[in-house]
Formats: sequence, structure tokens, C-alpha cells
Amino acid sequence: MTAIDIGLPRRLVEFELDGEPVRVPENATILDACTAAGTKIPTLCQGDTLQPANACRVCMVEVEGSRTLVPSCSRKVEPGMVVRTDTERTKTSRKVVLELLASATDLSTTPEVKGWLEETGAEPERFGPPAPPSDDRDHRQPGEHEVPDGMTAATVRQPVKVDNDLYVRDYGKCILCYKCVDACGDQWQNSFAITVAGRGFDARISTEFANPLPESACVYCGNCVEVCPTGALSFKAEHDRRENGTWDEERQTETTTICTFCGVGCNLTLHVQDNEIVKVTSPHDSSVTHGNLCIKGRFGWQHVQNR
Amino acid sequence: MRRRKSEPYVRLVEPLVREHGVLRPAGWEEALERAAEGFRRNVAAKGPDAFGMFSCARATNEMNYVAQKFTRAVIGTNNVDSCNRTCHAPSVAGLARVFDSGGGTSSYREIEDADVVVLWGSNAREAHPIFFQHVLKAVHKGAKLFVVDPRKTSTAKWGHRWLQLHVGTDIPLAHAVAREIIHSGLANEAFIERATEGFAEFKASVEPWTLEVAEEVTGVPKELIRELAHAYARADRGQMSWTLGITEHHNGTNNVLSLINLALLCGHVGRYGAGLNPLRGQNNVQGGGDMGAIPDRLPGFQDILSPEVRAKYDALWGSTIPPYKGQNLTQMLEAMERGDMTCVYIIGENPVQSEADSEHTRKRLSNLDHVVVQDIFLTKTAQLADVVLPASAAWCETDGTFTNSERRVQRVRKALEAPEGARDDIAILCDLARRLGHDEWDYTSAEQVWDELRQLSPMHAGMTYQRLADLGGIQWPCYSEDTIEPSFLHGRLWEEDPAKRGRPAPFSVLDHSPPVDLLSDEFPLRLTTGRRLDSYNTGVQSSGFESPLRRGETLDLCQEDAELLGVRQDELVQISSRRGAIVAPVRIDDGLRPGLAFMTFHFPDEIDVNSITIEATCPIAGTAEYKASAIRVEKLPPGITEDDRFTVVPV
Repeated sequence: MTAIDIGLPRRLVEFELDGEPVRVPENATILDACTAAGTKIPTLCQGDTLQPANACRVCMVEVEGSRTLVPSCSRKVEPGMVVRTDTERTKTSRKVVLELLASATDLSTTPEVKGWLEETGAEPERFGPPAPPSDDRDHRQPGEHEVPDGMTAATVRQPVKVDNDLYVRDYGKCILCYKCVDACGDQWQNSFAITVAGRGFDARISTEFANPLPESACVYCGNCVEVCPTGALSFKAEHDRRENGTWDEERQTETTTICTFCGVGCNLTLHVQDNEIVKVTSPHDSSVTHGNLCIKGRFGWQHVQNR
Repeated sequence: MRRRKSEPYVRLVEPLVREHGVLRPAGWEEALERAAEGFRRNVAAKGPDAFGMFSCARATNEMNYVAQKFTRAVIGTNNVDSCNRTCHAPSVAGLARVFDSGGGTSSYREIEDADVVVLWGSNAREAHPIFFQHVLKAVHKGAKLFVVDPRKTSTAKWGHRWLQLHVGTDIPLAHAVAREIIHSGLANEAFIERATEGFAEFKASVEPWTLEVAEEVTGVPKELIRELAHAYARADRGQMSWTLGITEHHNGTNNVLSLINLALLCGHVGRYGAGLNPLRGQNNVQGGGDMGAIPDRLPGFQDILSPEVRAKYDALWGSTIPPYKGQNLTQMLEAMERGDMTCVYIIGENPVQSEADSEHTRKRLSNLDHVVVQDIFLTKTAQLADVVLPASAAWCETDGTFTNSERRVQRVRKALEAPEGARDDIAILCDLARRLGHDEWDYTSAEQVWDELRQLSPMHAGMTYQRLADLGGIQWPCYSEDTIEPSFLHGRLWEEDPAKRGRPAPFSVLDHSPPVDLLSDEFPLRLTTGRRLDSYNTGVQSSGFESPLRRGETLDLCQEDAELLGVRQDELVQISSRRGAIVAPVRIDDGLRPGLAFMTFHFPDEIDVNSITIEATCPIAGTAEYKASAIRVEKLPPGITEDDRFTVVPV
């Protein structure tokens, strides 16, 4: 009985990338190939520990023979494929996608995005000043839209959710990339505490019945925070420091060590500022953890600093 | 319900010495001299075997290496052990007896490729969450998961099948599985013939355990036993993992051997994807044993009774290692009671709260002439000491290595400066060694210790710090700097050539032995203990952060038992055993069956559960039967209020 296929060694596939022949292992994505070849493709929803969600549409490239642009994060390289990453069409697409995201979402804590906006000449302001935060986004029903007046840019802005001592959820920064949902769901944690609720522009990440986290299925592993690309999810310790102006990444060191809470041997990266642990992440390339931890590893460090 | 929380522990930043019965602050010079003088005095009076070392399964391999070297080369005894005794010593003893090596046989990655996974006495979902993610990878790919546990844990809820056995009936269940495999013609006869011995005797010994008899004894329906037997035997890659549900019994080693028998029967060992894996409870409990911080092995799991092995160590250390096994932690505690052991050096352990029957342990430690405790906190154990030495926290304030449950040695790196006044464990050990006449003791880095170990332990020889960093850790064995061994152990068992195959793996003939603490009219309920996701052991570390999930200690009962006792959720009740009594609130848990109660041991400063657990220990490995106490639950008399809940009521 061989129920589980454990795979065979991979062959190399040759294709053309921006006019140059490139060879990559079969099953590699176009984005993998670009990264290996040193061609930078911006992306927000791609996660090195997650399956592609095809959600943000920032990484679109042109494939000869394809009617539409294709997401490079998920499209596998095929032999003889002709891929172009830097055409007018890809540039326009990237510019518009970034404009829409930046006009609707607070990207102030999204790494690298400022540079991409400049490179593409995106003008998110052209849709008007942002609409004020809304306090009913969590409870909107499909079909209950008010017709916008066109004077302001529609946004996902809403009050920050601080309902426990460990996490903060600032969904005004959420681009709905699905990474947190996938990390919480069947790809890693299997807690299924959050999913996407609502339709269209009202879609949002929600616990069941939009309950506060302590009344949800959340087990506080922090694996959603680990993969969040925009800072919509953050640890309370980091959030509080940002609020009171004492968060300073320039003064932080990152040191990878091993967790002490059981014998599994999870890798922890300790972010230390002024000899205080201020955040714990986990290296994504560890064969033990793949970037994941449990509540103890993620938050159980205060005891060494009770000094 | 309101929970009265104990204050979080605060780091120790100055040495303490006992004067006129109380601990007072002292300088390092005075404290080290007092510590050394006490060891000198006791060893002079009663010989080196009056000394005991409790080494630390939380500290680095390097610290454990130095601690056991201190015990053997400076003091001259093999009395060194650690809290592996309270958890997985039976796993090491069982695996070593059959395969000559005490480690789990496969890797996490292999479990993702298994097609049948058995978790026996393991609540991995809560106690080893990241390991369980690897199991779920297999489940999502189509593997069948069997969970064997008296409680319907969150792990059991993920099982395709849950076998709810009575506490302490693991051997009958394993025997019935074995008999069913044999009778169905599913045993791997070629493997048994070539790689094992003692099959005939084993076969005869399991013959009485029919499915019907096993159902009667274990409470598991015979259809489920049959299904487990057939699925495991038919699997291409069958994984068997276990935790403290197997080991924390008075016959823990036999329980482990009963699972090993099943793997031998089906050939589920020594191949990619198939294996036997104890899930270790502490970050370096595997490494502590590998480093020789156990009474019968030298670093590299080398036999203390072998003259050649001892000679190699004596030559490098300039020592004379005693040619007999030292005492394990359980035996040391007994020797304290007899007065044969008069001084101990306890590094980073909290036996007063972690040992079963904690009041007994406290009395035994109080019996000693000289107790030195080296820790980051003033634990309940440290409060009994004559000298307290403030240490640095291994995992974030020192450099070194830990070894995990898949035998992977990984780098530990210093990220923080230890608080002013605390010192590195290895530096303290060196200071004491010099005070005891060993002027040559001077390690300037953890890497220097590691390189000394690599010279002596062949299974670590190829693991330089550089390679450990480059490769994301290396699994032992690793014999040379330019090789990597397969990710599983004991591939030799599948060799064609008998010489390469080596010693056949013996089947074990085992008897069923029910829990020692018998149920009676006076103590009619079975209490078992375990962990919860957000807390850890005696709570010294995990009390340091606020968890939204934490609800404190409770007595978990099923609805039927609560009704029978006339108690409600949150009601305070008195819980008595033959050893003591405590008061705790009731929590209704539908994962329990009538007659079975559950508590954790995470909040001993609030409710000391280990004051009622039993100290009956495994004669082979010395692990106590934390998993099976007999208790009585009673309503509190009127007039007792919530404020009385934390007092221990005399029986």
C-alpha cells in the first residue's frame, strides 16, 4: 500500500526571460526563476512558506500567447515559455494596482512599497482624499452599499482592534492577501480562527461572527503576524512601542537561537533593542519550524527580563 | 472565576548564602568559597559518592558536558542526572536496550511522508505544537492518524481514530495489536527473521491477549484495536510517536518496549519515513543525556562500564572515572533520605516542585548538609539551599547548542546580556573546579568546550559550529566533517550482510502491571496529569507572560462524575490522595470518561498538584507514575471560602 507519493528528483526546464535563456528546476514559478536570475518583481501576497494566493496582482508579467497578464508567483515555468517582465503593459498594470491598493489602504508600514510607488509613477491621490474611518465594516451585508459621492477615495480604514495583551489588528492596513488566513488554516496552524467575510469591497478578515480574539478559536501562535506583509497584524509589544515612539529598528539586533519550551527545537529570532527582547520571529528556512511557533515560543520570553 | 495569580519570578542578580538559617546576599568570592568548602568537607568525610549533581536539561550541551565532567573529574563520582528522569528516561532506556542508541529514529520531515501515524500517550497538539504541524502535513496528504489516549484531547480530535484506553493499560493494548498482526499474517516475517531475535517467545507471550480480553482490560472496542493493527501493519511507512502518557508510569520502560515490539513486528524502523519517536519535553533533554549528564553513560552515549571508553576520557581529563554506574535522580533522592548522600549541586532544576510527592522531596533535600543551587530565579528549590548562585539564561544569554527530538544539534546564540551580577554557568563551574584544586579548568568559549567534546564523542565529531550554522543544524550521528548520515537511524537492520546488520534487535517479553496507586472505595477516581498549550512545567517561565488562554489550575471532570458528586463548574472541591490533599475549582471537560479526572502541574505556587501524585517509580529508568494517582473528590464543608483554596488541608 503506497498511499503517499514522496516524489522524484526534479529535472531542469529551459525558457526565455526578458530575451535571455534561463534554466530552472521543473515546478519552479516564474517568480522563483526571476529571483534566481536577479530580476526583481514586486509582490505583496507571495509568501515563501505559503502556497500562492494570487491575491495582490502586483507581480503580473506577460507570457507570449497568453491573452491576459499572468501572476508570476503561481504560474509555473514551462519549457519554451517566453516571459517579459518590463513591458508597457506590465508597467501600467503594476502602476494601477499599486494606486488602487495605496488609495484604499494605509501602506505606511509596508516595507518597500514606497519605492515601488515612485518607480511606477503611481498617484494614489488622484482618487481624492481618503474617506474617514468606518466603524461598521465588520457588520456590512452583501448588497447594502451606499452609492459613493465621488468626493473621497473609498478606503478600508477602521479603528484599530486591541482586544488582548498579545496581538493588535489594524485592518485599515489590510490588503486582503489571504496570507494570515492560510497560515491559520490548513497550510500551517490548522486553527481556522479567521477567514475572509463579506463580498467585494466589503470583504474583510474576520473571526467567527466578528468576535473579539479571546472569544475566537485563536491560540495566539502569532503565525498570522509572522506572514502579514503590511503590518496590519502586529504584536502588541511592537504596536505599543510604535505608538509611544520608542520602536527603533536601527537600534535592534536580530539573533537566531532555539526555543526552550519543549524538545521540538523551534528556531527563534530574537529582536533585541537596548538589551530587551521586543519581538520574536522565526526563520522561514528552518526545516523544523518553517517560520511557525506556538504561543510559548512567540511570547514566553518576558521571564528572562524580569530583572 | 477570579484566579489569584502568584507573582512572576524576578531574576537573581546576587549570590546568596545561608547564615543563622536565612539566606542573605553575599559577594561572588564568598559564595563560591562557601560552595566549594561544603563540597570539600562532605567529600572528605564520606567520599565522592556523597556528592550528587542535578544537571540541567534546559541548559546547553556545552554546560551539560562541563557539569558531568565536573562530577566525574573534579569530584570523582558518576552521580549525575537531570530531569530527563521525570519524563523520557524510559524512552532512552527502552530504545537503547533494543537498538543500542537512545534517540528517536526518524526526522520531522519523514513524518510528513508517513502513511500511518500513531500518537500514543501524546497530546502533541498542545505539548508539541510545531511537531504536530508536521503530522498534519501527513494527514492532509492522506495519512491515517491514530491517537491512543484516555482523554479526548485536542490531538485526539484530529485523529481518524481515537482509542480511549484506561490509564495504565498500554501494554495490554499493544499486546493485542501485536497478536492481531501475527494472527492476520501481517507480520513482516523477512524482517523478523533477519533483523530481530526472541520472536517465538514474544509471540507466545502475547497469545493470551485476544481482542476480546484486551477490550475488557483496556476499554477500547475490539474493532478499533483490530483497525489499528491492520492499518499499522499494512502501512508502507508507519510512524509511532509517544510522550509522557507512555513513560510516566511505574513501568514506563516496559511501556516503551511494548511499542518498539510493534515496530519490529512490522519492520517500521530503519527506513525512510518509518520510525519510533519519543517527543521530548524539554529543549535539551536529549542533549543532556547525549553529553553524559546521566549516571551510566559518558558523552556520546558511551558506556561507563567499558574500560576502553573510560581510558580515553581519563587520558584527556587527567581523571579516574569510577568503573561503576552512578545513581540516577530517583536513587539520589533515596540516598539523601538514608543519609548516604550529604551534598548536592543543583543547576537549573526545581525538584521540589517537579518531583512527584513534592513534600517528600522537600524533606529529603532538607536532610542534606550542603545544597548549592545555581539558577536564574529563586525557585522553591533554591529557597532550601545553603548557597544560591545566580546564572545566565541558557537560550538567550549564552552561546552553545541544544539537541532536539529528531537528534538535530542546533546553535544557541547569545542575544542579550545577562543581568548585572548573574554569571555564565560554565564560568561558575570552572571557578568551583579551580577552588577544588583543578587549576587547569579554564574554558574561554562554548566552542572550546564543544571542540573538546567532538574529540571524545564520535557521533558528534563532524559537527563544527560553522557546519551547524551553514546546514541549519545536523542530526547525530555525524562522524566526520565532510559527511552527513541518513535522516533516520538503524538502516543497518536492513543490510543483506549479517556483519553489517550487527546485533539483532530483541523483542521484549512484558507483563501487564496496572497502576500502583490502586482505586478503592476510599479513593475511587483515577487522576492523570498533563500539559496545556500556553503553560510549561512548573510555570516558572510561562508565568512571565499574560496569556489570553490561561485559566489556572482546575480539577477537570466529566459531566456524569460532577453530577454524581453534586459539584458544579467553578465550585471549589477538596481533592485527596493517599499522600495529601489540595483544594481546586472544578472544570467540566467532555473529553473525560466517568472515573477519570485531570489536572496540570503548571501552577504549583497556587495549587501543588504534585503533593498528591504518587512517587512509585519505574525500576529500570526511575520515572515516577505521574499519570496515575487514586483520588477522592469532596465538596468543601460550609464556611470554607475562596481564600482558603490555596492552603493544603491535612488528610
